[in-house]
Amino acid sequence: MDDGLDAGLVLELPTDIQSIESAVEFVMSRCDSCRTRERRVSLNFRVGLTEALANAMLYGNAHDPSKSVVVVLSVGEGRLQATVRDHGAGFDPSAIPDPTRPENITRSCGRGLYLMRQLLDEVSFNDRGNEVTLVLRLDPGSALEGGAQA
Amino acid sequence: MSFQVSRSGEVTLIEVEGQLIVGNRQELKQKVLEQLDGGDRKFVIDFANTGYIDSSGLGVLVSLSKKIREQGGELRLSSLNDDLRTLFELTKLDTLFRITENKSQALEGF
Repeated sequence: MDDGLDAGLVLELPTDIQSIESAVEFVMSRCDSCRTRERRVSLNFRVGLTEALANAMLYGNAHDPSKSVVVVLSVGEGRLQATVRDHGAGFDPSAIPDPTRPENITRSCGRGLYLMRQLLDEVSFNDRGNEVTLVLRLDPGSALEGGAQA
Repeated sequence: MSFQVSRSGEVTLIEVEGQLIVGNRQELKQKVLEQLDGGDRKFVIDFANTGYIDSSGLGVLVSLSKKIREQGGELRLSSLNDDLRTLFELTKLDTLFRITENKSQALEGF
């Protein structure tokens, strides 16, 4: 496979929310699969990665510009994978309330993890909770119409 | 992202160009709040030239809608592409906003 991410890609980003859009665009430009799987990847993976980076910078690193966010990307075995790690204390993802419930629907925050789970096939965290791994399967029939529900 | 602000009768129309995401959401929020402070009450935000919105962008729209309603006004959204509609449907925010096919429909009878 002639994919720009075939050998993997590691990025270390400063905590700067202004950098998120260009970082995501860079990743998408390096990934042949991202160009050929139009909506599946251009929406699901793009939004999922944007959310993971935003969470890492806003909540994990708490806006601290001296702390970085490390992104590890790979394509292989029919899957596109991104791992995003921050330097924060971590969090308990099971404690995040469902933002679609009536009592939460008018809250202005709390939709990032929900969107990741809806748009990606797999969303998992390390024990500490400062590293999230996103997986989008590239085989037909997965992710776009739902995604991970964990 | 950039946006253009224009008036159509009593309605303030804001046309967003580019992505509405965590890095630029405050610009849109600040602009709408300025208009709200200046007495505007009817708002349409048009996304005909917007690729996608992240959760922070969605959050800003929710926050603005609440503030506008508190002042007796209304925020309508228009011209969402299929991706944006998917995001609004996934988050059930399509139930919170009046969303129209295009800006003309949004302005109609406002």
